Amino acid sequence: MSVTFQGYVRSNGKVGSRNLVAVIPSVICATDVAQAVCRAVQGTVGFFHHQGCCQLPIDLKRVTDTLISLGCSPNVGAVLVVSLGCEGTDTERLVREIAETGKPVEVIRIQELGGMSRAIQKGTDLAQKLAMEISGLQRETVDISEVVMSIKCGASDTTSGMASNCVIGYAADKLVDLGATVVFGETTEFLGGEHILARRAVGGEDGPAGRRIYEIVNRMEERAKAVGEDMRGGQPTPGNIAGGLSSIEEKSLGAIVKSGHRPIQGVLEYPQMVKNEKGLWIKDAPGREPEILTGMAATGAQFMLFSTGRGAPQGFPSMPVIKICGNPNTYERMSNDMDLNAGVIISGQKSIEEVGEEAFALLIQVLNGRMTKNEAIHYTSTMDIYCLGPVI
Amino acid sequence: MEELKLALKVDEKDNVATIFANGITDGTKVVIRDQKGTSCETEVIGDVPYGHKIAVCPIRKGESVIKYGESIGAASADIQEGEYVHVHNMEAMRGRGDLKGGEK
Repeated sequence: MSVTFQGYVRSNGKVGSRNLVAVIPSVICATDVAQAVCRAVQGTVGFFHHQGCCQLPIDLKRVTDTLISLGCSPNVGAVLVVSLGCEGTDTERLVREIAETGKPVEVIRIQELGGMSRAIQKGTDLAQKLAMEISGLQRETVDISEVVMSIKCGASDTTSGMASNCVIGYAADKLVDLGATVVFGETTEFLGGEHILARRAVGGEDGPAGRRIYEIVNRMEERAKAVGEDMRGGQPTPGNIAGGLSSIEEKSLGAIVKSGHRPIQGVLEYPQMVKNEKGLWIKDAPGREPEILTGMAATGAQFMLFSTGRGAPQGFPSMPVIKICGNPNTYERMSNDMDLNAGVIISGQKSIEEVGEEAFALLIQVLNGRMTKNEAIHYTSTMDIYCLGPVI
Repeated sequence: MEELKLALKVDEKDNVATIFANGITDGTKVVIRDQKGTSCETEVIGDVPYGHKIAVCPIRKGESVIKYGESIGAASADIQEGEYVHVHNMEAMRGRGDLKGGEK
């Protein structure tokens, strides 16, 4: 029996779970204008990052590439780019490459328009036009293999690796078996478990994908060690430690459970969007929420399954984030922020498979348009772009 | 009848088990259960919060602490069976920029 969902089919064939106008500042200095436009126009979301100027060229390219991928995301139906006029990012390429997907793109330049108030007026007019232009689009029935699911765990405790991450692993295996794409990341949280992942790579740990897994973990660990400190307190976080996680290794071994059991096809760079790749992939991104949520949305994921034990409530502007809570005490306390209770596995009331099927049914509903709890209360502004070098 | 206090072992190679129960204090008796359903009883040494670990056998200083069948760090003190295991008596061995050459 085929599994389907109701999605917005874009002119390039990609399918979205949402139909949004993205307002994209090409640099942090354009954020205030973008925020004013978003407040004024229904159906818009803003990507309020902190990058785009006085960075090394490799990072400016990375910021441009990431913003392009966010704009190309199938959940975005139209784009308004807000430029200051003197930023380090490549605004012309940003506009051009998003427009190549066939979706309507407009741009305003604050310095050229004569300042903030004029830019807000022009931006509001354009965003209103874009919002109305895409608002009539109807959902269509599409096969589940069009899905790109991103997965993550945050504010973890010891229930994560034994309940909520097992549920995500179940859903990940099921989606891969149905021909869809699943992406996981949090390279920092491979430390101590990288050999397990590398052995699951296509071609084994000595193949290109396996070697790449070791490379990205080494790079992340060396970066942290270069500061000359013990990572503990940063990773695992004080909250993780209070939740019973004693070391980054213990956190990692629990975290990788969410990737399920299927072979790992390869590693995607941080800004990289999947084209037609299927199966299980890794995105090279750190564990912190703003940066990895952005990296996952840039992958083209229509939604995310997010596991938590301590209670991480945040969503993302353009990608619904479904919260699965492994800790029964936390679920009880924070049920207004948690979409699914996997704490029933810890308390012995349900099996991983039973809650896994509940998660799968819920993710289909969210793909079809059902709001997640963080969407419903606008807890969705969390984003930033992960850069490699310093601000200069 | 007293409520069963369970400590779960994830892998048969593990030398720690995780307790998912509230109110575990020094001297509380818990049942350690593994994935096969085999159980044995031990007495907890120390007050152990929900979701924290105890040793299921003695672990000597410098030996690996094993969970998920893998090393999650090294004991920084001798640990007795039943004793609370956390950052006070074990340490991570990864991401240690404070150690010369990354190893002790």
